[in-house]
Amino acid sequence: MLETVGKSAAVEAGKPETGATAAAPVVSASSTSLAIADAHTGTISFVLNGRDTATGASPARRLTSVLRDELGLTGTKVGCDAGDCGACTVLLDGEPVCGCLTAVGQVEGRTVETIEGLGDRHPAAKRLQDAFLAHGAAQCGICTPGMLVSATALLERETAPSEAAVFDAIGGVLCRCTGYRKIVAAVLDAAARDGTVDGTVTAAPSDGAVGLRLARLDGIEKVEGSDIFGADFAPAGTLALRAVRSPFHHARFRLGDVAAWIAENPGVVRVFTVADVTGENRFGVIPPFADQPVFAVTETRFRGEAVAAVVGEPHAVAALSLADFPVEWEELAALTTMEAALANGAGAVQPGRTGNVLVKGRVVRGDVEKGFENNDLITVEGDFSTGFVEHAYIEPEAGFARRVGDRIEVQACTQSPYMDRDEVAKVLGIAPEAVRIIPTAVGGGFGAKLDLSVQPFVAVAAWHLDRPVRMVYSRPESMATTTKRHPARMHIRVAATPDGRLQALDFSADFNTGAYASWGPTVANRVPVHASGPYLVPHYRALTRAIHTHLVPAGAFRGFGVPQAAVAQEQAFDMLAEKLGLDRLEFRLLNALRPDQPTVTGQVLGEGLGIVPCLEALRLHWARALKDASDFNAQAAGPRRRGVGVAGMWYGCGNTSLANPSTIRLGLKPDGRLSLHQGAVDIGQGSNTVVTQIAADALGAPIVIMDRVSADTDLTPDCGKTSASRQTFVTGKAAELAGRALRREILRLANAGESAQFTFGDGTVTVTDGDHARTLDLAAMGRDARGYVLAVEETFDPPTSPLDADGQGSPYAVYGCGAHIAEVEVDTALGTVKVLKITAAHDVGRAINPTLVEGQIEGGVAQGLGLALMEEFFPGRGENLHDYLIPTVGDMPEVVSILIEDASPVGPFGAKGIGEQALIPTAPAILNAIHHATGARLIRVPATPDRVRAAIRAVTETAGEGA
Amino acid sequence: MSYLRPRTVEEAVEMLAEPACILAGGTDVFPALVDRPAPARIVDLSRLEGLSAITLEPGLVRIGARVTWSALVRAPLPPCFSMLKAAAREVGSVQIQNAATIAGNLVNASPAADGVPPLLALDAFVEIAGPRGRLRVALADFITGYRQTVLAPGELVTAILVPRTIDTGRSAFLKLGTRRYLVISIAMVAAVVRAEAGRVVEARIAVGACSAVAKRLPALEDALVGADLAAAPLSSRVTPDHLAGLDPIDDVRATAAYRREAALELARRALDACTADPLAAEA
Repeated sequence: MLETVGKSAAVEAGKPETGATAAAPVVSASSTSLAIADAHTGTISFVLNGRDTATGASPARRLTSVLRDELGLTGTKVGCDAGDCGACTVLLDGEPVCGCLTAVGQVEGRTVETIEGLGDRHPAAKRLQDAFLAHGAAQCGICTPGMLVSATALLERETAPSEAAVFDAIGGVLCRCTGYRKIVAAVLDAAARDGTVDGTVTAAPSDGAVGLRLARLDGIEKVEGSDIFGADFAPAGTLALRAVRSPFHHARFRLGDVAAWIAENPGVVRVFTVADVTGENRFGVIPPFADQPVFAVTETRFRGEAVAAVVGEPHAVAALSLADFPVEWEELAALTTMEAALANGAGAVQPGRTGNVLVKGRVVRGDVEKGFENNDLITVEGDFSTGFVEHAYIEPEAGFARRVGDRIEVQACTQSPYMDRDEVAKVLGIAPEAVRIIPTAVGGGFGAKLDLSVQPFVAVAAWHLDRPVRMVYSRPESMATTTKRHPARMHIRVAATPDGRLQALDFSADFNTGAYASWGPTVANRVPVHASGPYLVPHYRALTRAIHTHLVPAGAFRGFGVPQAAVAQEQAFDMLAEKLGLDRLEFRLLNALRPDQPTVTGQVLGEGLGIVPCLEALRLHWARALKDASDFNAQAAGPRRRGVGVAGMWYGCGNTSLANPSTIRLGLKPDGRLSLHQGAVDIGQGSNTVVTQIAADALGAPIVIMDRVSADTDLTPDCGKTSASRQTFVTGKAAELAGRALRREILRLANAGESAQFTFGDGTVTVTDGDHARTLDLAAMGRDARGYVLAVEETFDPPTSPLDADGQGSPYAVYGCGAHIAEVEVDTALGTVKVLKITAAHDVGRAINPTLVEGQIEGGVAQGLGLALMEEFFPGRGENLHDYLIPTVGDMPEVVSILIEDASPVGPFGAKGIGEQALIPTAPAILNAIHHATGARLIRVPATPDRVRAAIRAVTETAGEGA
Repeated sequence: MSYLRPRTVEEAVEMLAEPACILAGGTDVFPALVDRPAPARIVDLSRLEGLSAITLEPGLVRIGARVTWSALVRAPLPPCFSMLKAAAREVGSVQIQNAATIAGNLVNASPAADGVPPLLALDAFVEIAGPRGRLRVALADFITGYRQTVLAPGELVTAILVPRTIDTGRSAFLKLGTRRYLVISIAMVAAVVRAEAGRVVEARIAVGACSAVAKRLPALEDALVGADLAAAPLSSRVTPDHLAGLDPIDDVRATAAYRREAALELARRALDACTADPLAAEA
């Protein structure tokens, strides 16, 4: 169960209200009539987690649906309903199968085991759970049950499996957070011994939490499958909602006789349309650009846009065929490319945004034209492009809303509770304070769960019906309608002096932002600041545009456009180094920005800009990798060639020149324990743990007495959104300030000096200052309205300044820097690329929790690898996880993380963000390595086998012509 | 709705007299539903007796219609089946291999079905039960087009029959995809070669995902007969012309031109794998 104080409502509610727990024989009633040729009764009996179980559910239902909805076992997750993700893995007669592909009728008389029953029945499962915790193998936790079930089956069969056997065993379970390496390590460790890991702290220490490899504080729920995600709970009597969506990129529509359709479909309670939106039919993540309707009015602007929502009894709604919903479509000409949208005479996707340009971004420093003028300069230029990339978190969007008097409560997976609150309030036409957002555990976000998805639909319906209403996106619905990474078309020209000093860089890019604004303005503004990379560029110009098309909105995705820019800039730097005849790593080191040099926005960061130490830390690895590749190629008789690439990165933490404060409340309770009101949503990255570590150390309290009150807009102050790599930095800093403030209060009461130590007892705090000790009797002290003896609230907003018309100013208080080496093997005949190893050096300022930092790096590498080699989403095609491919365990190389701690003077204990940083240099490092191996430059990602082969063929043919 | 679980083939045929969805491993039926409700009439084969075994008869290997990929991998079979076992290990994931049946892979008739090229190369037959009684149809005739088979309403597949004509042949299967695990093939090749005294006696090779239905390469097979293994690797005997009968398409996974090129490369590698040292051929 959740023990988080702030989720008291969810804790109560988290208990299954239908069916019973796994502890007792279960009989659930569901009144579908059936004909089973060989069955004497209408129920299906099987052994579930060692208990005889019977269900009256229809035998054709998916096992997952019966486990979750009838039997209350929500530890088995549903990620795709198609066997593509393995999150629903259960053991059927001891063998792993996908619950979503198994009819419950097929398990009659057989044994089924789920995550809930695993630990008690299999010693190996218990060891695996411990090892997952110790290794940080669970991040968001949505794939964890599937991983643990699959690994348990392996360890039941093989006591000492090879790494390859582990790969085979978990190859069918997708994870989008971890990059798999810690999962593999955990499985091997659980096989070898008792699940303990050297250097990892699973029991919370009594002091000094910062810097420790502390197991995540919310980890137990994740490895036991008891964490409550968006689709894991709804109150009794909750109605289900499904959206009616446009099948066309661009269309006009007219609703038909909806009343008659409702009458024909028993169980449907009501259909909602724009007429039911009591506030503004318009939402967005940046208020001045808010343009997305809850329900389209007469025109839909992308495939999947909603025109109506059907609400009714869950079974009835699930059984509906929405194909016969009364709506007439008239397909309209669609602008599906940026070329078409920018063409003369193209219609406007959004009225008032003529030319389909949503926003332009610009950073100019020096005189870029002049910078290129010198004839001695060595210049390169190139065009690069990227496609839509899908976040592909394993948890599709889900949640429910209920009306509580004149207030509405929305419990859903989200990265941004306060933004959700304000937007839901606008849609309903009520005050923000009348909305309560209760984030569930989030099964991966990566940016797309910053935008609203289910929230406005369930809020509108629950508001009108005064009954709880729930919506769970299907995988195709999630993929078709939620935001994507922006496709980019980029041009870059770079010049350096003959001795290798960068002189000028001219970058321009168009980003396909789709039909609605979402985070398009942020991408257009963040990219020009970053397109130089972490290098000194005297003459610089970066111009960007976000372009509307009739496609799915592109929004935030780990890096806000910077990973795309790095694909162009870091490849251009390789081209330049090659032309200069310089070593590619040394060329970067030569030009790396020193802390006393100005960035392209004219900011001088002073301390805490660690690109030079990152690149220096790679030198030995670089030399070793180059030699390994060269040795391999010298021996290679077949078509395989190895190559090595490097790429650098920098990334500003927090919003670009905009306020983004976080506020932390810390209270001392009469019983001597502490309440940390921590509103940063933990989407797997670990803020629940990191922020607590920071607060505990700043206060001088052991972490075991910290009770977390996690994000809930009624209970936690605003900690902003989980994005822009800002939670460790911004919320962490607020936690540090709060810890120090509470420390001052206690010291003041005890009349003790700054170096005094605290001992928290049962209802007491003893303050020891040298030889003097004083004990505060907390019961005797007054309490505030929240019941706290002492409470503090501290806010931190990173110091930034606005950018002027040329983009000059201080957009961020802190930048994280890093560089990756990629070692690859290319099958030159087939164009396939195997990444062998990534060596990642990152300046994180201070690693508050090195295990979690590594987890971010390895996960970022996996997503960067996907961006480089396999991921591209085509709207309307392949809205599933078998056409859209993300890396599996078999694609992930070894990752060596090198943590540089060049402390930021601003961050908590010197810490900076790492969430997005780790993704950025991966793709260009891999692309540079492919070039090193083959001579082929991949100017378009993903570098799929056919594109790599075509690029190699082009090089071979050119060489042939030259010969 | 009705959910029927026949015990015998005869019962199943009776139940299939009315239109129904046949459910075996479920790995194609459920994904095809997406978020639509289950079909109104389902005939679930999970209780069907006598179709779960692989039996080695004197002239025939019989693979029951309910045999899963995992069961196939575990079964002791002649060397010519190693390509089918290799394909089995490449089907989806362990979860899929534990549930999905080989027969279902044929009935689903996807151009990228992993089981089809090896079974084509094994000259397999499909055994069908139905109102007309039991029939045997060569696999090459069973799948007639993109997701089309000769299976008539009321019929079901009861077994896959492999004539034991190339038992000692050494075989290889190569699948090309954009990632490891859970991947739909861009192209794949299955090959089996029987050699005596250093010369090829018989070679069979089939290519999948490069035409609506996987295809054998008869011209290449003919060209390989009599080849001296010591003289040159078999790969050197494969020319683009041998693959002229393929008809690959452009899709999200790859271009047609690439598929053609990759199929040629895979064919060469598969043949060399068949004639390399025995351990390599098993891999």
